[in-house]
Amino acid sequence: MSTTTTPRVLGPIDIAGTSAVPFSTLIKVELRKSWDTRAGLWLLVLTGAFTMIAMVIALAVATTQDVPMTLGSFIATTAYTSAFLLPVLGILLVTSEWSQRTAMVTFTLEPNRARVILAKLVAGLALAGSVAAVALMAAVLSNLLFGLIEGVSPSWEFGADRLGGFLLAQAFAMLTGFALATLLLNTAAAIVTYFAYIFLLPAVFAIAAVFLDWFDSLRPWIDFNFAQAPLFDATMTGKDWGYLAVSGLIWLVLPVTLGIWRVLRAEVK
Amino acid sequence: MITLENVTMRYGGFTAVDNVSFTARPGRVTGFLGPNGAGKSTSMRIVVGLTVPQQGRATIGGHAYEQIPNPAHHVGVLLDASAQHAGRTGREVLRLSAMTMGLGRGRVEEMLELVGLSGVEAKRRVRNYSLGMRQRLGIANALLGDPSVLILDEPVNGLDPAGIHWMRGLLRSHAARGGTVLLSSHLLHEVEMIADDMVLIGRGKIVAQGTREELLHTAGTYVKPLDPAQLTAALEAAGISALPSGDGGFRSEAEPVDVGRAAAAGGVALVELRRAEGAGLEEMFLQLTADDAREPAIPTGASS
Repeated sequence: MSTTTTPRVLGPIDIAGTSAVPFSTLIKVELRKSWDTRAGLWLLVLTGAFTMIAMVIALAVATTQDVPMTLGSFIATTAYTSAFLLPVLGILLVTSEWSQRTAMVTFTLEPNRARVILAKLVAGLALAGSVAAVALMAAVLSNLLFGLIEGVSPSWEFGADRLGGFLLAQAFAMLTGFALATLLLNTAAAIVTYFAYIFLLPAVFAIAAVFLDWFDSLRPWIDFNFAQAPLFDATMTGKDWGYLAVSGLIWLVLPVTLGIWRVLRAEVK
Repeated sequence: MITLENVTMRYGGFTAVDNVSFTARPGRVTGFLGPNGAGKSTSMRIVVGLTVPQQGRATIGGHAYEQIPNPAHHVGVLLDASAQHAGRTGREVLRLSAMTMGLGRGRVEEMLELVGLSGVEAKRRVRNYSLGMRQRLGIANALLGDPSVLILDEPVNGLDPAGIHWMRGLLRSHAARGGTVLLSSHLLHEVEMIADDMVLIGRGKIVAQGTREELLHTAGTYVKPLDPAQLTAALEAAGISALPSGDGGFRSEAEPVDVGRAAAAGGVALVELRRAEGAGLEEMFLQLTADDAREPAIPTGASS
């Protein structure tokens, strides 16, 4: 309880001498928030660990069953697992501010809420990028091990277009979680909705497509999961990009726009 | 300087803040006083832009809060000490704020020391903090940027007597340096001790405002006689009405000199005779609180 600061005479507010918080600082702060709590740190560790575990399983299955593997097939496996927990990271970036009520502090430190949300978005994409990097390294390592174990020279067959598709899919996974989170502003609701979206909805869409002829032709335009499938095997055609754009508009752009609109207007308590 | 001009905030049919205008001046501590739910917190959130009012505007030093770049360097805010991530350590909470403001680790340690959070306490997670510790952390957070304006919602809640004393000194010296301090409280006594200026709010409306001296100085007299019956007779004879105050004394709206004369004329020995300071304010405040009576009326003792 001692006073260590040198007293300064406090005058009227002169804003000419201060500049806005740099955007890069906001991103750094948001990145730090993703791992400085026990929950956040564990989520990051688990995401990395699951990626590794999936690789080990793929490797074990491939070597015991003599399945021919390429770098591409390893990457496809890892993409599936990381797309699983990555969105939860995106969700927590947004919803923890509301459930823990830290938004009150965050938005008084930077009253421009759009900048804060944008910084979270960039931080989320950076995290998705690092997870993708870990996954790629794991895939390369697994492919090397596969070659050693099987006594063959590993196949590095994996095109640049597939790498692009892989990275895009990772980014989409993160963005979908982020979009749902800004729309719902509640951790549990956002996670449940995301898993319903990723597990339940494809099944519902598939069943509907079988029974309803009109839906079968509509499906590619509204099923974002379906539209992303060709990304993984790099078979995107012009029509596929159209599907991706339209379904992405519904599942990404619309919720994130509504969500940001909500955050900008919401009363912060 | 903090200024609110005709600020109104409605939630459906409920008016939380009703045409509120007041100014918190530099070099002074302004106490924002009112019962729970009177509109204090809503008004303070409006000042820092977390709530947008339907009418009116609030400015700090002439600027809307959201127009102040890196505002924490100018305005220190503590709105709710519990609004912190339970999973972060106290030090980490300050570190995040300092990072945003562009300040280093040194400043964080300085603030921890200033508010009396020890090294061990700073390493603990906020979920294990008492309310008093959260308040100290919140104060440290508000002071990080060495701001000239402080906006604190119920900052002494949960502090022990030593903490309250420390907080009083801190805010007084901040005002003495030329800073502006706006603090809210639902306890009249607390505000009386800290504030230079007072703003009284009840049911969203400002009911009184002014300097402490203005508000505490009310016409009226407190008188305590040796023999109450004798004084009652003497006052009645002089045509002065007085009400018993419960401790053997009486309160009257007459001037002390008139009460003294009446007592002298009646030959009544007095134990105490003085101006009844703050009686009006206390009554007004009790009235405000009673209007929203959440507690059932205390039954009068029926002795048999």
